[in-house]
This record gives sequence, C-alpha cells and structure tokens, in this order.
Amino acid sequence: MTEAVVEARGVGKVFGSGPDQTEALRGIDLDISSGDFVSLIGPSGCGKSTLLRIIGDLVGPTTGDIAVNGKTPDRARLDRDYGIVFQSATLLDWRTVQKNVELPLEIMDFPADVRPVRAAEMLELVQLGGFAGHFPWQLSGGMQQRVAIARALAFKPSLLLMDEPFGALDEMTRELMQQEVLRIWEETGTSVIFVTHSIPEAVFLSTKVVVMSPRPGRISEEIVIDLPRLRTQDTREDQRYFELITEVREALRREESGVADDRA
Amino acid sequence: MTERDEVIGESGVTDVFAAFEEDLPGGPSNQRGVIVRYLPAVVAFAVVILLWEGLTRLFGVETFVLPKPSEVMTSFLETAGVIWGAGFRTLIEAVGGFVIGVTLAVITSLAAARWVGFREGVLPLAIAANATPIVALAPIFNNWFSITSPFSKMAVVAVVVYFPVMINTTRGLLEVEPGEIELMRSMAASPTEVTRMVRIPNALPYFFASLKVASALSIIAAIVAEYFGGPQDVLGQYIINRANLFQFPDAWAAILVASILGVVFYLLVLGAERLVMPWHVSFRSTE
Repeated sequence: MTEAVVEARGVGKVFGSGPDQTEALRGIDLDISSGDFVSLIGPSGCGKSTLLRIIGDLVGPTTGDIAVNGKTPDRARLDRDYGIVFQSATLLDWRTVQKNVELPLEIMDFPADVRPVRAAEMLELVQLGGFAGHFPWQLSGGMQQRVAIARALAFKPSLLLMDEPFGALDEMTRELMQQEVLRIWEETGTSVIFVTHSIPEAVFLSTKVVVMSPRPGRISEEIVIDLPRLRTQDTREDQRYFELITEVREALRREESGVADDRA
Repeated sequence: MTERDEVIGESGVTDVFAAFEEDLPGGPSNQRGVIVRYLPAVVAFAVVILLWEGLTRLFGVETFVLPKPSEVMTSFLETAGVIWGAGFRTLIEAVGGFVIGVTLAVITSLAAARWVGFREGVLPLAIAANATPIVALAPIFNNWFSITSPFSKMAVVAVVVYFPVMINTTRGLLEVEPGEIELMRSMAASPTEVTRMVRIPNALPYFFASLKVASALSIIAAIVAEYFGGPQDVLGQYIINRANLFQFPDAWAAILVASILGVVFYLLVLGAERLVMPWHVSFRSTE
C-alpha cells in the first residue's frame, strides 16, 4: 500500500518571461503514497493550485522532475490515471446530471450499456440517485459539486485531484461534503490530493498536510495527521484535532514571520 | 421525480419538457396564463389599428398617402390569391437563400474554430465584408444568375444571411469556458471530441440568436432584391407595380403578407431552438 503515486524532485515553475516573470514554485520535493489523502495548504499566491495543475499535466513545470504513478504527468493524463474536481463544478449545461457523469466514460470508450449503470452507481455514491434526469441549473451549488465528484470518479482513477472544491460552499454544506469525500475515499481507496486554504478542512480530511509559503511557492512543512482514520462529527471536537489545527496554524504563521524576516 | 428518472437516458430531451411543465408557474397548458402574457401586445396592436383608422378618417387622409386599415383589409381579402401566390414565391427565394447562406456560414465557422491560420486570415476579411451593404450586390447577381431566376434572389439572401450567422457561430465555438477545455484535457479528450461535446453545444445559443436575425433578414433581402428587377409575380415587383398604379391598399396588403411570412419564419426558428436546446437559460422557469 505504499507505492508512490506522486514523486516530485526540485520542481519549479516560472510564469511569463523578462521583467514580468513571476516565480510560482521553487524546489518542490513531494512524495505521496498510494491511499494517502494529502492537503496542500497555504495563503493565496503560494502556488498550491499550480502544483496540483503540474501533477495533473494542465501546466508543465519549468524545472525539476515529477512522476505520477511512475510515469510522466503527460503519460499519466493520457492513461487517464486521475480525475479532477475544480473549484467550480464545470458541469456541461446541456447535459443532464447522468450525462455529465457519463462524459468521461464516453470519451474513454466505455461500452454504451455500461455507462448508465456506472453513472447510476456513482450518483448513488454521492447520494444524488434521484437527480439523474435533472439539468445542472436545477441543482444547488453543493449538489453540482457532488456531481463533479461523481464524474471525476466514474472511471475509477487511482488519483483524485481536488482544487478548492468546496471553496464556494457555505459552512454547513462544506462540512457535509467533507464527510462525504472521506466516505468516498474510504469506499474507493483512491489517493486524493486536496488544495484548500481552510486549516480545519485540511486537518479533518487528510492523512498528511503539506504547508506551503508564497513568493516563491515552497513547501515549508509536512504535518502527519495522526487522527484515527474513521473521522466523524465527533472528530471535530477531539482534543487532538484542535492540537493539529494549532500545529498547522503555527506552521503557516512561522512562514509569514519568516518571510517578514527575509525582508528586514 | 421517480417518473422523471425512468425516462432519462437517450430520451433526456423529452424528459426536460416534462420538468418544465411542472415547474412553470401556470404551465403551458394553462390558457389563462397565455392570455395574460400576450394581452398587453394584443391591446397595443388593437389601439394602433384603431388610432390609424380613426385619425385617417378624422383628418380625411387620402388613400394614396396612407390607406385606412379597413381599405387594406378589403384589398387583402379580395387579392388573397395573387398576394399569397407572390408571397409563396418570395418565401421560396428567402428560404432557399437562408439554407444556402446558413450552410456555408456553419462550414466556415467550423473551419475557423478548427484552424487558427484560417481564422486569422479569413475572419478580418469577413468582418470587413459584413460592413458593406450587401443588397447593393443585387443588380450584379441579377446579371449573373438571370433577372427572372429565383437563384439571383437566393444569392442575395445567402450573402446577407451568411455574415451574421458565421460571425456569431464562430464566436460561440471559440468562447468556451476555459474550465471546460481543461476538464476535457484532463480526460485526454481528442480535439474532435472537444468540438463535438463542448464547442458545438456551446455555440448553439449563439447560432440560434443569429438565425433569428437571419430569418427576418432573409425576407427583407429577398424583397429588396426583387425591387431591382424580377418576375412580375413576386412580392417586391407586385408592390412596385401596384404603387406605380396608385393602388396603395394593394401594396399595403402585400406588405402585410410579407410581414406575416417574416413572423412565421421567425417563430419556426424559435420552435427549432426550443427543440434543439431545451436546456438553455432563456427557457428556464423564473418562479
């Protein structure tokens, strides 16, 4: 169970060129094992989304090496190794919920009789069984995001990339969605890389929290979350949960003051 | 809810109509809703006609200046055979040109969306050509295709219709949400799949918006092209001839036929739009 899903060595990313160039990432070393739930956390501008997009081959790194499932990110993408969920659900307006979930299955040439069965299965998994015939605009934001998760998981990828997927949701919906993502993660055994700027969210969900700092984006600390794996609403009131939140918060604050010291 | 779920799958389109019927405030079958909705327009129309009739009578306006609606109506009924026949022939020109122009426009748009070089080379030219008054070409097309042939009129209509459809459809194919393209990339979709599954559905609202404009334009263009010369039994020539003979109620009756044809054509396009993209925001219930 400890195969490497992601191995990054010295990954850097520079956007633009000449005087306008900005260094988004520098010297990223990161190991993620199969079955991990890893959160990338940090202030905006720390390159956490860029790192996720490099892993997903949506942008290429400027320097360094990265392997996803032992392959180049490009190969991994072409092999459909990962599913991705963005901050907005990006459902196609002209497809019903069911047809949206079937989208990757169509692209990946799943047989026509398998697609509806698999889509129904996935909609059950995200508890939207009754909404297969609805169009996206008939659903709430939280429901749309659950459809996006069902779509990302429909072809059973070994890796799930989530880029602030609950950023646009209210607190109550957010906590429900976190619970659901954990349940899905348990049921499917997929590895998850989760970008967030919420400390409690990162601690509640993850097996490991990667703390990043900005200008240029670096990994400043990795904190193993040793909470029991089966997390419930009670976890949110656990003493250890609060200790870990404090630990992550202090790691983030150390970085801030560290940056200030650099400038002094 | 469960009923709706059973009809998903290939019949997703009919399914949503059922959803609309449930969600609409009154539902389309609600007669009172329809009457209330169109009542202001009907009242306004009646007021305009009554004012027109009343004022022309009150001030004794001569028929050759502005005929009374009642005179136009009399002529409309008496010459029905002639003007509807002329209307039909003009409609054939308009629809023929519309089909040719829209087909060429869609082909160009797909090419422009597919090949950057084509887009950068041809689109600026097309936009420049769009700014020229195309009906001015009518005498030239009359010369090319013979003045009495419906094809010379179809050519004018096709050119008039081509530009708005082509420019709008190209925009719709290109102005796709970047997130949707990234999503397709993450699933390693081919460019053809991106076009088929994202770009074309995304372009449909733009396409239909331009078709609605084009449907009205095509009738206008056909009649204007006929003014430049054509067989005697088409609307444009009929209107000119009756006007020259000071038979203005006849000319107005023919204009009425032209506007009825324009409205019907527009409504047909509207109906097609609802069939093809029932998901679209403009058909959603407002609650």
